[in-house]
Amino acid sequence: MSTPPTDPASDPVSAEPADSRVMTGRQRLAAALWPPRLTASHVLVAALLALLGAAVTFQARFHGSDTQLSGARQSDLVRILDDVADRSDRLSEESQRLEINLERLRGGANREAAALEQSEARAQALGILTGSVAAQGPGIELTINDPARQVDATNLLDALQELRDAGAEAVQINSVRVVADTFFVDAGPGRVRVGDVELPAPYIFLVVGDPRTLQSALSIPGGVIEVLRGKDAQATISQRQRVTITAVDSPDPPRYTRPTD
Amino acid sequence: MIPAAGLLIGIVLGFIIPPVVPDWLQPYFPIAVVAALDAVFGGFRAFLDGNFHDRVFVVSFLTNVLVAALIVFLGDQLGVGPQLSTGVVVVLGIRIFSNVAAIRRHVFGA
Repeated sequence: MSTPPTDPASDPVSAEPADSRVMTGRQRLAAALWPPRLTASHVLVAALLALLGAAVTFQARFHGSDTQLSGARQSDLVRILDDVADRSDRLSEESQRLEINLERLRGGANREAAALEQSEARAQALGILTGSVAAQGPGIELTINDPARQVDATNLLDALQELRDAGAEAVQINSVRVVADTFFVDAGPGRVRVGDVELPAPYIFLVVGDPRTLQSALSIPGGVIEVLRGKDAQATISQRQRVTITAVDSPDPPRYTRPTD
Repeated sequence: MIPAAGLLIGIVLGFIIPPVVPDWLQPYFPIAVVAALDAVFGGFRAFLDGNFHDRVFVVSFLTNVLVAALIVFLGDQLGVGPQLSTGVVVVLGIRIFSNVAAIRRHVFGA
């Protein structure tokens, strides 16, 4: 397509519709862009294009800003609703399941805590009984001085038996915790083996129990203290609000004995 | 020049005014917009071809929009709304591409 060389910018007349039949597209575009001509058709087209521009941006913003739901069709909405209902059902089922689990775990934890508490209390009681833990409480301190070196294992055993009869709960002699299998052996004048340890005089009993009962049990006529006095030993008793027994015994596990069910 | 300015003003207005599309128009609005785009590209091509008539453009613009909306409406009534919408968008898209190709040949000569 050959066209006469025209310059529409310098020759506005040639851009008029009379010549536009022989112009190229590019020339037409340039002619239309400048100078602007305000005619009814231009304004009409401009109005439609403005409408389009506004509609495009509207739709873009609407689509971007809102969820898909407001623009969705009825069938889509029904499907989405079904999906949501399904999902809700599944989630509520899961929630129920998890709540049941939670209840179960909570109950289990309670039972376990109770059992733990119980066994801890039991362990403490047994620990005091077997001498494996330190103990404290009201009681007495019995000191036996033996300047004549006459006190022997029998005297100490008698004293211990008297204390036990009077309700002693925990006993320590010098550095030895007295437990069920503690024994007393004469180890020479003024020396007694208590359990595995050889103790020299003076012998100091630390006893947890009711102080008054313990003291009166030792002081009865013909009792421990009188016997000791006959051996030229001085036994002194002091009642204490708090006696702390720090010596512990580590019991060996029984070799032959097994608990019966 | 004036139409280009109109398009620009429209876009700016679309950003300024809060987007309110009536509920009954919402399903048809996107399709109508695509149809209008097709009309505009067709008009631009006609302009570059030298056979642009404002009357034809206005009528094609309005009928495009109305027919597109009508087709979607009909599709919704018949239960094939989504499929028909897709079909309309495909057809309009093809037309837009061919128009753009013609415009490209005019403007860039290639």
